[in-house]
Amino acid sequence: MPRLLEVRQGVLSENDRLAADLRQRFARAGVFVVNLLSSPGAGKTRLLEETMRRMSATRRVAALVGDLATDNDAQRLARSGAPARQITTGDLCHLEAHLVEKHLEGWDLAQLDVLFIENVGNLVCPTGYDLGEAARVVLLATTEGEDKPLKYPGAFISADCVVVTKIDLAEAVEFDRQAAEHNINAVHPGIPIIYTSARSGAGLESWIDWLDMRGRRNQ
Amino acid sequence: MHELSIAYNIVEIALAAANNAGVTQINTVNLRLGALAGVESESLRFGFEVAVKGTLLEQARLVIEDVPVRVYCAACATTAELPDLRRFLCPRCGAPTDQIISGRELELVALEYDDAPAREG
Repeated sequence: MPRLLEVRQGVLSENDRLAADLRQRFARAGVFVVNLLSSPGAGKTRLLEETMRRMSATRRVAALVGDLATDNDAQRLARSGAPARQITTGDLCHLEAHLVEKHLEGWDLAQLDVLFIENVGNLVCPTGYDLGEAARVVLLATTEGEDKPLKYPGAFISADCVVVTKIDLAEAVEFDRQAAEHNINAVHPGIPIIYTSARSGAGLESWIDWLDMRGRRNQ
Repeated sequence: MHELSIAYNIVEIALAAANNAGVTQINTVNLRLGALAGVESESLRFGFEVAVKGTLLEQARLVIEDVPVRVYCAACATTAELPDLRRFLCPRCGAPTDQIISGRELELVALEYDDAPAREG
């Protein structure tokens, strides 16, 4: 006779449980954790390198960097003078909470003010995986086109802030700022949008102000 | 392509539930999948076929119930289904909303199995 066995369990419940533990641990240590999402090549590492270089004079910052195969990104970030560690995911297209937990080993979180987690370059897969972060930020490069938010609504919906990168190239690639803002607002009404260029330094102060503001709110 | 790892998660949860209940063969796996879960059904079906190999789920069918996105609109104080994921506007009054009520689900709801035939005597 056919029977039904009720399960009612979230498929990612194990990740969610670990992420909740991490979130508590981060809160106890007083570290503000930011999960950075973008497509490959949107300039996450470059933005982070500049951000960490500027912040590290007055705040204790560190980064975990997800990448499929290489540790180039961690090496680049280490140039900022702040500690950076690579999470090589192999063929995994996103970071999971257990990977974050494992790579925190040996770090005294209480000695940090801000921890950045640079996710694997991908706007789909990382969306459903909570890493225990206090804020999620999605990057949109001017070179990617203004319709990315409409193609990947999930990532933009789950974010707390959009950072537009490479605005020094906006004119050359005919980036339509109005269209971009319209599309971002269509999928996530009212989300803060910050325009930056890691190369020229434009907008980095606003971005760091936003981080400080959110970090304070988190305390 | 994280659907394969999702499929392995599904199989793991299903096997644990079946073990607990003493179920030895599963016919159907019922899953709820939200439009915002970031999971593509076809890739998941493919991943599922790979992940069930050699387990008691090997013969199981994956049944996916698609869950649409529902939003709460503060202006009309009501919830409604969002017809277009690229427009987070209340379908009634057109006001922007970011209050998502459902659509992120990725849940193993139930397993269907055949009860072993009762022994004689």
